[in-house]
Amino acid sequence: MTRWLSNVFRLGLKELRSLWADPVLILLIVYVFSIAVYSVATGAKLEVTNAAVAYVDQDRSALTGRILGAILPPQFKAAEEIAADEVEEAMDNGRYVFVLSFPPSFEADVLAGRKPQVQLNVDATAMAQAGNGAVFLQQIIRAEVAKFVSRLDETPELPIDLVVTTRYNPNLNSVWFSSVMQVINNITILSVLLTGAALIREREHGTIEHLLVMPVTPSEIMVAKIWANGLAIIVAAIFSLWLVVQTLLQVPIAGSIPLFIFGAALYLVSVTGLGILLATFTSSMPQFGLLALPVLVVMNLLSGSTTPMESIPDWLQFLMQAAPSTHFVSFAQAILYRGAGWSTVWPDMLVMVGLSGVFFLIALQRFRKTMATMH
Amino acid sequence: MTPAPIVHLSSVSHRYGATCALDDVTLDIPAGCMAGLIGPDGVGKSTLLALAAGVRRLQTGAATVLGGDITIRAHRRSCNHRIAYMPQGLGRNLYPTLSVYENLDFFGRLFGQPEAERRARINELLRATGLDPFPDRPAGKLSGGMKQKLSLCSALIHDPDLVILDEPTTGVDPLSRQQFWDLIDRIRAERPAMSVIVATAYMEEAERFDWLAAMSAGKVIATGTPQEIRDAAHQPTLEKAFIAMLPESERQGHREVVVPPRIASDGPPAIEARGLTRRFGDFVAVDHVDFKIGRGEIFGFLGSNGCGKTTTMKMLTGLLPASEGEALLFGEKLDARDMETRQRVGYMSQSFSLYSELTVRQNLELHARLYHLPPDHHETRIAEVLTSFDLTEEADLRPEGLPLGIRQRLQLAVAVLHSPEVLILDEPTSGVDPVARDGFWQHLIKLSREDGVTIFVSTHFMSEAERCDRISLMHAGKVLAMGAPQELTESKGAATLGEAFVDYLRAAAGEDSTDTAPAAPAQPATATAPAAERRFDLARLWAFARRETTEILRDRMRLAFAFLGPIILMLTFGYGISFDVQDLSYAVYDRDRTAESRELLESFSGSRYFSEKPEASSVSELDARMRNAELVFAVEIPPGFGKALVSGERPEVRVAVDGAMPFRAETTRGYLQGLAGAYLNDQIERRYGRTVDLSAASVETRFRYNQSFKSVFSMVPSVIMLMLVLIPSMMAAMGVVREKETGSIANFRSTPVTRAEFLLGKQLPYVVIALISFASLVLVSYAVFGVPIKGSVAALLVGTLFYVFATTGFGILISTFTRTQVAATFATAVVAIIPAVNFSGLLVPVSSLEGGARFFGLAFPAVWYQQISVGTFTKSLSFAELWQDHLALAGFAVLFIAISILALKKQEA
Repeated sequence: MTRWLSNVFRLGLKELRSLWADPVLILLIVYVFSIAVYSVATGAKLEVTNAAVAYVDQDRSALTGRILGAILPPQFKAAEEIAADEVEEAMDNGRYVFVLSFPPSFEADVLAGRKPQVQLNVDATAMAQAGNGAVFLQQIIRAEVAKFVSRLDETPELPIDLVVTTRYNPNLNSVWFSSVMQVINNITILSVLLTGAALIREREHGTIEHLLVMPVTPSEIMVAKIWANGLAIIVAAIFSLWLVVQTLLQVPIAGSIPLFIFGAALYLVSVTGLGILLATFTSSMPQFGLLALPVLVVMNLLSGSTTPMESIPDWLQFLMQAAPSTHFVSFAQAILYRGAGWSTVWPDMLVMVGLSGVFFLIALQRFRKTMATMH
Repeated sequence: MTPAPIVHLSSVSHRYGATCALDDVTLDIPAGCMAGLIGPDGVGKSTLLALAAGVRRLQTGAATVLGGDITIRAHRRSCNHRIAYMPQGLGRNLYPTLSVYENLDFFGRLFGQPEAERRARINELLRATGLDPFPDRPAGKLSGGMKQKLSLCSALIHDPDLVILDEPTTGVDPLSRQQFWDLIDRIRAERPAMSVIVATAYMEEAERFDWLAAMSAGKVIATGTPQEIRDAAHQPTLEKAFIAMLPESERQGHREVVVPPRIASDGPPAIEARGLTRRFGDFVAVDHVDFKIGRGEIFGFLGSNGCGKTTTMKMLTGLLPASEGEALLFGEKLDARDMETRQRVGYMSQSFSLYSELTVRQNLELHARLYHLPPDHHETRIAEVLTSFDLTEEADLRPEGLPLGIRQRLQLAVAVLHSPEVLILDEPTSGVDPVARDGFWQHLIKLSREDGVTIFVSTHFMSEAERCDRISLMHAGKVLAMGAPQELTESKGAATLGEAFVDYLRAAAGEDSTDTAPAAPAQPATATAPAAERRFDLARLWAFARRETTEILRDRMRLAFAFLGPIILMLTFGYGISFDVQDLSYAVYDRDRTAESRELLESFSGSRYFSEKPEASSVSELDARMRNAELVFAVEIPPGFGKALVSGERPEVRVAVDGAMPFRAETTRGYLQGLAGAYLNDQIERRYGRTVDLSAASVETRFRYNQSFKSVFSMVPSVIMLMLVLIPSMMAAMGVVREKETGSIANFRSTPVTRAEFLLGKQLPYVVIALISFASLVLVSYAVFGVPIKGSVAALLVGTLFYVFATTGFGILISTFTRTQVAATFATAVVAIIPAVNFSGLLVPVSSLEGGARFFGLAFPAVWYQQISVGTFTKSLSFAELWQDHLALAGFAVLFIAISILALKKQEA
């Protein structure tokens, strides 16, 4: 056992040295955890932000002015006026997601109780924003019309007072969410690519063969790759969380960072293991690249880090339980946003350990067979 | 009168970073003869040949080749038609998955030969080289000798005036070597005007050349006929003459290798093979091999590359399981899992297999640790090994920069570090210069005679084989003969071991026609039109495209990933990515429990968006359940709610929403607002018994392009966008860089193919694959998801065509800038995934992107194609609305390939 540990330790140190000696990989790791996280977190938002609105105003009354004045950032860009015959073209080009059309004598009809209609055109292909944005615009219009009619600056009263509070991220600032999720997604990409490529490279250079002639077992080689690459990535990820997420983007972190790091370490074990597993199924870099891409894209897009788990059909949710990223995203959200503790997150962590075990065992099975039978 | 030299170099120097490969060389290589460059590995022979062939850029000095200045581009172009260049390395310029015929066909096409002429030439060359029985065998499955013959055929297909061969016979068995030179002699006899320049490390081969230049450390140390060189040094052989001519500093420590007699020891043999057999599919690499090697014996293994030496050695180390038979070490059956045995064996593989990123000392330390030498012993043992292998000066350098001889010494040092009883060495001296080779053998002899180490070594060099106690001659997986070198030589009545080996091979070839000597002399080449000197030639482009396609078609795994990957992803995403949020789980803590509170709660449980969980019994329970993500929102109804409601006091109902995921929270809040409105109407209806519409104006919302507002309609076109950027760019990215790694890029450098022809030829097959993949995706989207194309099909098709040209062009671009496949994979994955997923309009409409994200997005083709894909699938758009996007994509396609063409250098630096 001590021999096993000592070999794992030595081989891992070697792995770190190799990584350190490769400036291209170091540069990519730095890029992925800094610029990439920052630009995605600040640039791409799923909720209604900055949505482009246009209007056709055939009334030009005080009421339409008030409605348009109520369409405000950060959810919407200031509404821009276009001519009635431009609507088609503007929407076809995707310049605006929403186009409001106020009919002539809109205000007069409202005051006369004729219930005029405002037309709201929504580009339904902008899935993420269309639904919620339409709801918001409807609310804005209703509220403004009601205020205008009652000449009160108050909305009409519901018989109950529905107080909706939002927890964990009261202002629904998406940077809080997407920055951390981007770190998680990038951990996945790097772990799989780095370990898989490290293995294929050693195989192509013949060094793995050399190791297998020495008193070194496949499990030692694999565990060494896992801990060394995992360590490098987790250090980069922690740095990214601290520097980019907490310092630069000012995202508050609710829960226990040590607990998160512990979980991230478990996650790294499983994804680096997955990288090795994928590498044992391919014989060259081109094959590995083609196999890894779809796996990475699925793991990132369907893990709950991009779209809500609730919107994924049950059978697929069930399948995604076999992806470690689903569990990582789940407990990372619990710890970082909701401040959950050990008692909440242990089941996810346990499943992940189980998955790591499965990946590792299959990879181990295939390792000797595929490493040595290179022709 | 001497004719004008074919190659004239004056003051040529060449450096690779800090190392100087050629040092102020001035040399005239005579025309119309067989000129040889001799000298060990790393003295600058390859560099000199590459400069003469015009595949490497001249740094300083001047070079005249075929009567023109090689630095002039136009002259180089015409030289490409007249020079044939065969790079170093077994079959380096061949394509292993292509058959013998296909390889030659490819080269014929590169020189613009029409079909009939090509066929005639190929058949003739195959007949001349004795390869005619195997036109359909993949080049990768040929023996070393056959590979080199095929390489030569490909060099001769266009009747060159100058043939440049860089170490064509290294790693080839003596019979094939002899046949190779005979072949060249015959071809020269037919074409006396043809000049041949050859580099070789085998001095005995050089004896038959017309003219020689001996090189050492970047300088030419002697020129003349072999006779003149031998005479000048007063030595009987070229090998000895060469060593004698070396400057004193390089000869340092060289002494004759003397092998003291071996004292036979008792006990079981150290290594024993019994009927050892290994098959790869239907190919038998090693065929029932038997031998016994006694303790302390030096046992030599001779044979060409690919004859099964390496496979046998791998079986003896446990790296490969035997298909049949058994291997015994120290009298016990070999068990690959037995760590004890491994401790007793040292192995050195054919290629350098230590870590080049670690220093010499670090490599030794790693091995000391892994072999678990006693820790207090480490330092002393490493120091001991460093001294005895003369590595003290290099101890803190990385092996990558060291000469081959020193690297091999390091490998041996590593192999003996743990004082093994058995050493298995696979061609340890291949490519090493004679002085270093002799030094290496001094070490081996010392290990065997003084330390009693059993040595099992494979080699190509007869001079080395003669130093072994016993040798075994291997050919095509079988042992032809075994015994002491002297015995074998005598048994065939030959003068030298080399001749004896050739005789054995001839005898074997009688039964097995693999390497028969060519029969009929070659007929003169059929009349040929002068090779077209067009700047851009579709035929050459087609040659590359055809070849690339054949290669992909043979790699089933890659093909499967390329087509099935996107379909599987489309299915997962079509079903999986959706913004239709439903089944939001919630729980209630009802502290009122009246009819009124239940009525309110019914409006929650009645909503299709919400899914109710068991009721909570305290606020802290709600908190806890939200924390562990069981609930998306929690509803708390205060005590006295019913009473307050009835008396019109507007009781407060608290709803807490989980904001961890902002998009979901926002949607939830929207649903809650709607629910509250519905509840209000409901209350009014109950109270007043009629429906009252309180609003003074209504909003008519029209979801355009997708009336039912189903995610799948926008998801499917987006997935097509995503798949057509990720997979084609990844595939194309391997295109150029793979050739750089395997060495076949040499064909691009030495033939008339232009950069544009080469790159476009590489790109086209991937474009076609991407288009087929596109067709399959459209089919799936229609058949499975029922998503039709509403807009202009033509606009979609043209857009797709431009798009896949752009994305494959992006891959090609990455490929020209990277040096390894690993780097290309990384760069493509990282550079493409982020903008394609985040900034393309897949998740967020482009009109909402800000700042850097917007810039990133617009600077990548994905976003433009997203408009076309979504526009034609869902918006019924056509060219009239989309022409700008088409234009942008065409721009990307041209830009990417143009930058690639500019960045790819026809000559190596």
